[in-house]
Parts: sequence; C-alpha cells; structure tokens
Amino acid sequence: MHLEWLPSHEDWDGLLRSVKELPAGEAAARLVELANSRMEFSQMGKLDRAFGRTVRVCEGAIPGLERVKLAILGSATISHLPPGIRMAGLRRGLQIDVYEAPYGMYWQELIDSASGLHAFQPDVILLALDARHLAGAEGSSEAAAMELLRSCWRQARTQFQCQVLQQTVMPVFSNLMGDNEERLAQSPASIVAKVNERLRVESEIEGVDLLALDRFVVNEGMGFWYESDFWHRSKHEVHPKATGIYGDHVARLVAAGRGRSKKCLVLDLDNTLWGGVIGDDGLNGIVLGQGSGTGEAFLDFQRYALGLSERGVILAVCSKNDEKNALEPFEQHPEMVLKRGDISCFVANWTDKAANLRHIAKSLNIGLDALVFADDNPVERALIRQELPMVGVPELPEDPAGYVATIASAGYFEGLKITEEDRVRSQLYQANAERDRLKDSVTDMGSYLESLRMTMTAQPFDAVGLTRVTQLINKTNQFNLTTERCSEAEVAAMMRDPKVITLQVRLVDRFGDNGIIAILIARANGAEAVIETWLMSCRVLGRQVEEACLNVLVEQCAVLGVRALVGLYRPTEKNGMVREMYRTLGFELEETEDSGATRWRLMLDTYEPRPVPMQVEVVREATV
Amino acid sequence: MQQTEIYERLTQTLRDVFDDESLVATPELTAHDVKEWDSVNHITLVVAIEEEFGVKFKTAELEKMKNVGQMVEAIEKKTAG
Repeated sequence: MHLEWLPSHEDWDGLLRSVKELPAGEAAARLVELANSRMEFSQMGKLDRAFGRTVRVCEGAIPGLERVKLAILGSATISHLPPGIRMAGLRRGLQIDVYEAPYGMYWQELIDSASGLHAFQPDVILLALDARHLAGAEGSSEAAAMELLRSCWRQARTQFQCQVLQQTVMPVFSNLMGDNEERLAQSPASIVAKVNERLRVESEIEGVDLLALDRFVVNEGMGFWYESDFWHRSKHEVHPKATGIYGDHVARLVAAGRGRSKKCLVLDLDNTLWGGVIGDDGLNGIVLGQGSGTGEAFLDFQRYALGLSERGVILAVCSKNDEKNALEPFEQHPEMVLKRGDISCFVANWTDKAANLRHIAKSLNIGLDALVFADDNPVERALIRQELPMVGVPELPEDPAGYVATIASAGYFEGLKITEEDRVRSQLYQANAERDRLKDSVTDMGSYLESLRMTMTAQPFDAVGLTRVTQLINKTNQFNLTTERCSEAEVAAMMRDPKVITLQVRLVDRFGDNGIIAILIARANGAEAVIETWLMSCRVLGRQVEEACLNVLVEQCAVLGVRALVGLYRPTEKNGMVREMYRTLGFELEETEDSGATRWRLMLDTYEPRPVPMQVEVVREATV
Repeated sequence: MQQTEIYERLTQTLRDVFDDESLVATPELTAHDVKEWDSVNHITLVVAIEEEFGVKFKTAELEKMKNVGQMVEAIEKKTAG
C-alpha cells in the first residue's frame, strides 16, 4: 500500500481476528494499532469492516475518537475511496463518518436542500472531480473548469460553513505535443496543468484547502495511481490499490483543520542526526558533512529539520548520552546545521525514552499526541509505540539518505495556514530572491563574485578536520601544485610542528557551505618558506580564492619572520591547469627542471595584499 | 500453480473480500450466489485476486468470465511456467 512510514506488524491478521472478542473500548485501541501498521489492499478492507462492526456495537460513536462527518462529491466512481479515508482517520484518532454522494451528482447534491448531503450536514466536503470531467470534454477550458469549481466552493461554503477540500486534477492525459505540451491550448494535458496552477492561487483566496493529488502521485508514480483499464471498466480514476495513501492525504487535511497535526519533532542523536556514537567516537569520529555520502545524508536531514523548525514545528532532542557529550557537536562541530538554539527541549540522559518523551511534552506544554519521535533504533521505536501509542513513530529506513522522505511522506506536520511569522519570513525570502535576480542579471565578473556573498575562513589544521584534510591531500589531482600525498599521521605531525604553516580553508556562499575547499602547507626555514602543498577543490575555481589564500599565507609568514615564499610546481598528467598559477600570482620564475618542474619566488617585503571579492576570516589557533 | 492450490487461496480471498467465512470457491460459483458480490465489490475482488496471485487481468478476459472456474483457469494459465 506504500504506507512506508508505518511499521509492519508481524501478526496483523491474528490481531485483527482478536478484535471481535474484545470489549468495545479495547477493540478501539486495537483497531488504532492495526491502522498504524502497514497493510495490503485486502487487509485494509477487512480492517474497515471490523471498524464498521465496532461502530455499530458502540451505537455510532467509538469512545475516545473524535467524530467527523465527511462528504465526498465526485463526477465518477468514488465508492472505493471511503475505507482508506476512514482507516487514515483512525490513525489520527478520528472516527470519520463518510457520506458518498450518488454517482456524478455533486452539483445537484450541493444545491438541492432535500438532498442526502443536506441531511448529512457535513463537517468536511471533499470535491473529487475527475480529469475527464474537467478537462477532457469537447470545449473544455481552464476558464470553464475554474468557473465550475468556484461555483461549487461558494455553494459548499455558504450552505454548510464547513472545511472544503478540493482534489487537484489527476494528470491522466497523454501528451499531444510532448514536453512543450502547454503551447497547445486545447490539449487536455495542458488544461489539467493550467487548472492545477490556478487552483493553487484561487483556493487560498476562496478559503478552500487543496488535496494535491497531482503532486503526490509523483511519489509512487502514475502507474501506481491510475490504470486506464480501471477507468474504462468502472470509472475508477484513483486506482483501488492507491486508496490507502489517498485516504491518508485526506485525513491529514481533516486532522490539520481540527488542530490535530503534530507539533514537535523529537530527535535522537547518534546515527539519527550524525553517523556514529558521540560518546565512543568523539567529535572527530562522528560522520557528518561534506566529503562523505553518509555524512551529507545526515546534513540533509538536519537541514530538513531546520526547515520544519523555521515554519513553526518545535524541535526537541531525546538521546541516551551524557549531556556533555551530546551537546559537544551542537557547540563545536563546524558542519552541524542544527545549533543548540534550534532545540527547544534538550534531553540527554540514561533514563528510558518513554519517560523522557513525557517530560518533553510536559515541559513544552503540548500533548503527547503532538510528538513525532525520530530514532534509528528499532528497539527504541518499538518501546515508544507500545508505551505511548499516541506518539508518531516513523519507521526510519536503515540508510539515513531515506530519513527525510520517510518523515515527509507521513504528513505528520500537515499545515494549512501559515503564521504571521511565516508570512514575514517568506516576504524576506522573496526580497532576497529579488535582489539575487538583479545581481544575476549583471554580467561583469566583479559584481557576479560580489553577489555570491562569499566568506572564506582559513584556520590551521585541527583534529576535527584531520580526516577530511588527509582525504583531500590524497585524492585531489587537478588543482594540486605538488601532488604530495601524506598519511593522516604525517598530517598530524605537521599540525604540531611550529615551523609549518598549515591552512584549511572553507568557503560559504549564498548557496550554502562548500566545506573545506583549499589546503596549504608551507614549511619555514630561516628567512624563506617553501609551499609544499597547495591544492584546491575545482568547484570554487574562478572566484579568486587563490589570491585570498595567498594574502593569508603571506600574513602568517610575516609572523614567523619569513621574507620570501618559494612556490613549487611539479607536473603530472592531470595538473596542467595550475602550471602558470604562481606567475599569475606575481611570483618570479627561478628554476625550470628537465621534468618540467618549476620553482618560483615571491619577495614579501614589497607584497601588497590583493583585493578579493569576499570576506576573509582567519582563525589563529586550532579550536580543538 | 495447481488448481487445488488456486481454489484454496481463492477461497480465503473470497472470504476476506466478502467478509463471509462460509464461502468456498467452487467452479460453478457466480456473483449471483453471493449476496455481497455487487459491482463495487467485484472490482475489489479483482484487485485482491491480482494482488494475491501476482497477476493482471485484461478487460476483455474479465468480461468473458462467467464463473469462478473460468477465473481459476485464467489464473492457472497466467501463473504457469
């Protein structure tokens, strides 16, 4: 069913059979538990029937669930949609009573005060009109479709004063033109795309919430969501197998409309926010950041969490760690995206996590049912599901690269309205984007580089960067003057040698942190210093990072009493691009060997720092 | 797949879909014999069978099927080899 954030239940069918023998109150809890497990298509049908029986036993209302009356109005078959909606409601503590309008009679039902819809008095109306109805008939147009939908919305809003959900149009039509389909105004595929675009704007104006079917079909693919033979046979637009996920999207909008979206993401630390165990591996041993695919996946997850926090989701930490160790990366690791200040409640101790989650909910003054708990450890997840079934516990995949998609797919934090704060922030973003566009239109190199808003940070090698530095020294081929390879131990030895100037250089620009992008090693010997290693990442070429690095190096040489810098170039098959670098930087050629190797000299007494299009920060001492 | 195995698994699918533990898949069984077997549940049944046996039916095949026996024969052909 593609409910990939839910855990599989070993004995799902056995558990369902046992529902019959339970008293109503316990049966409800069991049904909620089953709804919160992954299920196949036919299992969903069985669960829905068991739910129906329990509703009847309880004479209409299951205790402990909030009742919501939802009406579906459609233009084709909708009879297969209710089970998925009901089961997804159950997942969120809702008993959704569904009314299906008779086939195709959405308009009659809205305007006729004697209709079943009027008798039902819905709390939510879902308008699920199919693509052929809106865009596939003779004479269809974007304007006509919008006119029809607006009339429906206004009827629904004035007659029932309820939440109105509008399903966006499923992109079922094949192209007539191709990739540039929108150039053909009368193409059904093009009308669908345009209507969907208009819906985004007009729904907000009219106070209608979108069920973005056109967007979320992409997750599983159209082949999963729609099969033309089902349409031809029985006018099913949403494939029966996709009704579970369809229903979940409906239920998350209903839940959001009633303030039932989750409010807080509680994060484990080790192997959730970074790779490894901070208490064992230490600050330098954890995997996080540029240079490792896994490290970048953790960064990506941190960025997603930060994005959620910026739109109002509270972040908390719940970790089995000594607090001192747990805080260290937040305070000292240069690649951490999340800072201590982003975490509203930070709990690191050796108490069990259920107790800690209770503490977190209490101290944030929110319900336990407002929490989502993200932990890589299946044992911890199972504990929370058992002890605190109201907490959302996504089944994180083993590979951290899938963390973001899994949490996003669950729709825990579904939001309908942006807050005033969000509004201000998004205006700020838009203003920035406007400024960037202006700069983008300027073509001269100087203003382009200025517009990148670069900050370069140079600092001596340190323990945190040691692995990455060694890796760069041993794998950089193109922008590498000497291609001098070193082991981690040799690099560490240079770190401790007072005669050796080491620089690791980071570059941040408006697109983000590029990580360590340059490495320089110069060994002082009396009045001169030889640059033994100078290498750079090719992704920052053409940004005058070389000039900025040289400025820093010259400054540091002066401190050691060095009056001349010696540059070496040793040709390899790959480093031809830097053959003339020292000349460009104003060094004098001193010697050329038969091998093509060259030796260059720069006198420092007369050196004038080069103007560079970036801010330069120099850290004198290693921070760690 | 042997017909006996198909009938066995089909019996369970019929019971799951129509919520009736007394149902047994027999060659002569048709929609008329099962109270819950309406056009809506028919689609559910087809999807459930496709899922259970990992097969896909063409519209033309479904239109020709008169009873469970023909359904089983179609499944047998599709799962052979």
